[in-house]
Amino acid sequence: MHIMEGFLPPAHALGWAAASLPFLAWGLRSMGRGLQAHPERRMLLGVAAAFAFLLSALKLPSVTGSCSHPTGVGLGALLFGPAAMVPVGFVVLLFQALLLAHGGLTTLGANVFSMAIVGPFVSYAVFRAVAALGPSRSVAVFLAACLGDLATYVTTSVQLAWAFPDPVGGFGVSFAKFAGIFALTQVPIAISEGLLTVLVVNAMARFNAQELRALPVMALRAGKDA
Amino acid sequence: MKLRTWMLCAAILLLTVLPLWFASAPPAPPGGESPAMFGGADERAQQAIGSIAPGYRPWFEPVFEPASGEIASLLFALQAAVGAGVIGYWLGLSVARERARRAAPSIQESRAD
Repeated sequence: MHIMEGFLPPAHALGWAAASLPFLAWGLRSMGRGLQAHPERRMLLGVAAAFAFLLSALKLPSVTGSCSHPTGVGLGALLFGPAAMVPVGFVVLLFQALLLAHGGLTTLGANVFSMAIVGPFVSYAVFRAVAALGPSRSVAVFLAACLGDLATYVTTSVQLAWAFPDPVGGFGVSFAKFAGIFALTQVPIAISEGLLTVLVVNAMARFNAQELRALPVMALRAGKDA
Repeated sequence: MKLRTWMLCAAILLLTVLPLWFASAPPAPPGGESPAMFGGADERAQQAIGSIAPGYRPWFEPVFEPASGEIASLLFALQAAVGAGVIGYWLGLSVARERARRAAPSIQESRAD
């Protein structure tokens, strides 16, 4: 989902950066407050960040014959709320932009918006919605991580289609083209991410039940499951 | 529970490995040659931009570019290793803690969190 360096016109690059900044500030504040109130969660937050680091480095082959990577931010969004994942996603993207020439500084705002804002917030919303319907925690976690991942790539497609509307068909044709590249490729990878997130949450529920129960998001389900 | 964990692992593995056989080559853009098999989706988007807006030139260059594909894969591996290392540390710690808890259940109960 990385938009390459320089591949968004300056106005778009600035606009997305301006849109992402308040979320980043909010995320930093919410993260700082959360850690101050619950220092015992530092470990799990580290694990959630590490999960995003690990997954976004793995470029997996997909059925469309191209490779893409999961984002890994869904897990943290479920545990600590979506805002806390904004700084984490930002650090991952900054690392890749600076050292890997993957994504870029000018497109950082747009990439942060898709991976670190839309992804976690969609994951969180899906989790809350599915959890309210009442299936098992695994189903809710799977759908949340999977759809959050997919939403990130749909967002990237929208961003590119907006910046590069088709000269004939306009936004719609362009969006179909970019979605065919990003969103379609992402489908099996998003499913993988969903399954992997379920595995990690299961492991957390098994080993860190104490800390998890204290987390507002998981308390919702852990109580019902038990 | 155990069985389900194994099945999840197998499903992830299959989802990753099966495309290597069953994926069809990406369609060639009009007037261009077919893109490389299993290239990055990011690069394909870049090509799509090229076909939609042929006049567009990136206006900013990456500040640092890995000297070669090998260096890039080194850095990606480093990123993954850091992530996997932290997760491995937590998992190991958790398993050991759980084991200690089971070995001495009375201590766990007397300690109020």
